[in-house]
This record gives sequence, C-alpha cells and structure tokens, in this order.
Amino acid sequence: MLKNPGAPVLDLPVSEHLGEHRMVLNMGPQHPATHGVLRLVVEIDGEVIVSVRPEIGYLHTGIEKTCEAKFYQQVVPLTDRINYLDPLSNNLCYCLAVEKLLGLEIPERAQWIRVLLTELSRINSHLIWLGTHAMDIGALTVFLYTFREREEILRLFEAVAGQRMMTSYFRIGGLAMEPPLGYFERIQAFIRTFPEKIDEYSNLLTGNPIFMNRLKGVGYLSAADAIALGVTGPPLRASGVDIDLRRDMPYSSYEKFQFQVPISTVGDTWARYEVRLVEMRESVKIIQQALDGMPGGPVKADAPKVVLPDREKMKTEMEALIHHFKIVTEGFAVPAGEVYQGMECGHGQMGYYVVSDGTAKPYRVHMRYPSFATLQALEVMCKGRLIADLVAVIGSIDIVLGEIDR
Amino acid sequence: MSQSPAPAPTQTFAGKEAVLQALPEHAAIQAILKWNSAALTDAKLAFGELTLTIDATQIRAACGAVQAAGYNFFEDMTAVDWFPGSPRFQLSYHILSHALKERIRLCALLDAPGPDSEPSIDSITPVWAGANFFEREVFDLFGIHFAGHPDLRRIMMPDDWKGHPLRKDYPVEGYR
Repeated sequence: MLKNPGAPVLDLPVSEHLGEHRMVLNMGPQHPATHGVLRLVVEIDGEVIVSVRPEIGYLHTGIEKTCEAKFYQQVVPLTDRINYLDPLSNNLCYCLAVEKLLGLEIPERAQWIRVLLTELSRINSHLIWLGTHAMDIGALTVFLYTFREREEILRLFEAVAGQRMMTSYFRIGGLAMEPPLGYFERIQAFIRTFPEKIDEYSNLLTGNPIFMNRLKGVGYLSAADAIALGVTGPPLRASGVDIDLRRDMPYSSYEKFQFQVPISTVGDTWARYEVRLVEMRESVKIIQQALDGMPGGPVKADAPKVVLPDREKMKTEMEALIHHFKIVTEGFAVPAGEVYQGMECGHGQMGYYVVSDGTAKPYRVHMRYPSFATLQALEVMCKGRLIADLVAVIGSIDIVLGEIDR
Repeated sequence: MSQSPAPAPTQTFAGKEAVLQALPEHAAIQAILKWNSAALTDAKLAFGELTLTIDATQIRAACGAVQAAGYNFFEDMTAVDWFPGSPRFQLSYHILSHALKERIRLCALLDAPGPDSEPSIDSITPVWAGANFFEREVFDLFGIHFAGHPDLRRIMMPDDWKGHPLRKDYPVEGYR
C-alpha cells in the first residue's frame, strides 16, 4: 500500500501485545455514517485502524447494461438515478457526449440554462454533504439548516422539470422545454439570500471547537497520493492540485463565466470542508452571471430528426408529426464512433464514455464517477488513525453509493 | 512544451500515418514513438479526441511512457465487447494531463478464442494505483484477467456469480 509521508504524526500509546488485540470490525452495509450501503471491513488494533477494505456492489443495478437495450433518448432518465443528489450534472454529461457524436450545435440559451441549473445542482449536492457530514460528527443542527435551503432548490427543480430529484430536464439537443414564467426571478430570490445562509452554516461550524478537533489534521491525503489513486474534485483541490474541468477544459460555455477555483494545500478533512464552502459561494457567482447575461432564443437545437417537435407544430405540420412518430418508435441513429465527455460535478470529475455502432441504441455506455475512484483513497487517509476518524473521513470525501455501484 | 495548432474537432484522421501527419508534435505521440514506435499499431483522431491503439502486451509500459510525458492522471478505464467480432475486447484507458489540459485514449485489443474464454492483459496498477477498482470492475463484468493486479476479485456482483454481465452474449433480461 502507498505510504503517507506528510501525514501528521499521531502520538498514540503502542499496544504492548501487538497483534493480540487485533480484531476485524465489519462496518455497514447498513450503517448511518456510511451514507448508503457501503460495507467497510476494518482491521483494528485497539482503536487504531490497521487496514480498511471497502466492499461495494450492494446497490449494483447494471445501469450500463440497461443502457445498451434503450434508445439514446431513453438513457437520460437512467442517468438521474446514478448520482441522485446531483441529477442535472448526470443529464448534462450524457447529453454532451451524445451531442458530440451527433455533431449537434446547442443554442446559447440552452447552454446557459444548463450552466445555471448544473450550478444549482452542485449547491444541492454540497448542501447534503454539509448536513450529513456535520451530523456524522455530532453537529445535528446544521442538517436542519442545509435541508431548509435544499428544499427550496428541489422546489426550483420541480418547477422546471416537474420532478424534485429525477429531473431528466436536459435532453439530447437542448432542454425539455422553456422554463416557466417568473422562473429566473425565483432563482434570483434564492441566490440573493443564499450567501447569508452559507454564513449561518459557517457560524455554526467554522469556530466550533468540537468540529475543528474532529476534522483538523484528520484524513490527510498528499497531492501525489491523490493523483495516483484517481481522486478528483474537492478532495483533490484540498490537497493542493489546481484542476477544475469547468475552467480548464470548459464545456457548455463555461468559458464565458468568471469564477475562482478554491485550493487548499493542507490536505486534511478540514481543508475539504473549507474548499466546498467556498465552492458554494463561487457557484452563486456563476448563477448570478448566468441570470444577468441570459441570452434569448430557442432552447432546443434545430435538428428535427433528433429533437422532439413542439406540440403546436405537431398539430399543424405533417412533417413534425412524422418526425415525432419516428423518434419515439424507432429512435434516431447516431454516427458510429466513440467519445469521452468529462465534466466537473459536485463530487469531482464525472465522465461518460459512449460507443456507437451507428444504430439507435448505444453500443456501450460507461460512466466514470468520482466517488468510485475516491473510495480507493480511504485506506491511505485512515491508516494509523483512530476508528472514530473513519466517520469523519467518509463524510469528507462525500460519497454517493448510487454512483459507486451504478 | 510547444503545441501545434490543433486540427478542427470536426476533422477525422484515421490510421497511424494520417494522425502522425496531423499532429506532428503531440506530446503523447512523441513519447510513444520514442519509447517503442512498433507498439503503436493504430491511431485515430475523431470528435477532437485522440485514440492511440497499443499492442496489448505492451500496455503497462505504454502507460508508463505517457505518464512520464506529462499525462499524469489516470481518469478512467473500461472495456467494450465487440462479440462476435474479432478481436473481441477493446480496453479503453482515458488519461488526462493536468499540465496540458488534454485527454488521450489508449486502446488495447484483446482476442478471446472461445465465447467463454477469459483473456488476460497486464494490470496498470503499478503505474497508477487508482486503476485498481476499475480493473476489478472490468474483471467482474467482462471476465478479463489482469496480470499483476494486487486484489483481483469481483467488485459489483456476488463472489459466487456465474458469467460476466456486460458481455454481449449475456442477455439484458430473462434467463441465460
């Protein structure tokens, strides 16, 4: 296993009968602090962790296999169910990959609304992380605060997509429909007060001695280990690696937005907490820019063979009716080829690898999800630490078992 | 590192010679050619993405070569089953460079003599430890073995599961 040279040394009394006090502890799959059905086989010596072995697969539903039996447009609702806390990021990444294969030009307004809602989705993901992470540590109040704001975000999703969590609002070629009247004003009202809400969370946690003691110096991960183990997103940036695909490999017109990418070089659980708090503030800035500069125009690409026609057109134009019938009954053929679309979701770098054989069903869809790779770093972060730190570290890497098991 | 102006993403170059001409100064191609030009069996530039097909027996060393050239981050790996085509399996490795802000895809083609045979390829975990779970997933769902992997067990399916669900001769629903 990898060494962890820069980790703060913990001065623990060494057991005199080393080896005799070792035991294997089975944590999960039904454990409140594992955020789902994660099972950890932990070997401990007294209270000190000797090794951690994650056992996953309890939530495996074979989504990649299911995709191969669906039309391209039918895969969109499946993607929601993978990372159910950041649904619009899933939709966006899949749509971008298929649009790349099709060579579709997406209207600017659709791209900006995608950015707007993906950032809202990122805040949603971070709010759940903050609430549950603080709850694991023992600060129960924060959970009630973050879920108050999350509820408002879910209402915003419901207003635009008709669904609170499984949105499927981004479609191949644009959006499902134009957002309802007064929708942007509702988002504006939400983000006007949201920075104050972040201050509230910060007031509850940042100066809290219990929270600080449980997090500072715990779960150290060096930049070299993070890169070697495929760690991405806030945990990678908290270890001092300055990479964010929104800025470095922009997609969906992210290059038109100004925002900072928070970095910390400390590399511990506390640094991950701080990085995510700043990320929420930066997301608010992006949403504000998107609202201020929202371009007009259509929200669907001009591709009648791929994008479902408007209801009005279907009632008046024969061709639109034919296209609608053909897309729904036999899908649309996608040119043969393979693409990989990466993007930055709330947890880190997500990626969709779509292989087409020229038919209306994807030949292979593979999803790279950040938690799957980040989970490999758990042992490096916990080895030689106390068992109680394990809960803090799991919370800080922000895992969703839906995206690990797929 | 000097970078030549990238060809438009709509352009497609298929074949080793065409790609070498289109991207004469590409860092990854240079690194592969310098390391072992015979191991690069095919190349493709499509949708703005570069695919380098590597001789399957050389994949670990090829990963080491691109890693030394600045492609420092292992992002993803998976397999594609081209059953009943031949060679049957395509392994795709997506490698990202933090410095160049660029991604490449390394491909290795593996043939399986019979429908139930389980081919083997070198594990790249000595180069990137983070490939561990990804290779276990491919082993579990495709039945491809990785020589030198530290812990090659099923990861998604139960340990006593028969068959490999993502193979094309495995049905989506119903009984086998």
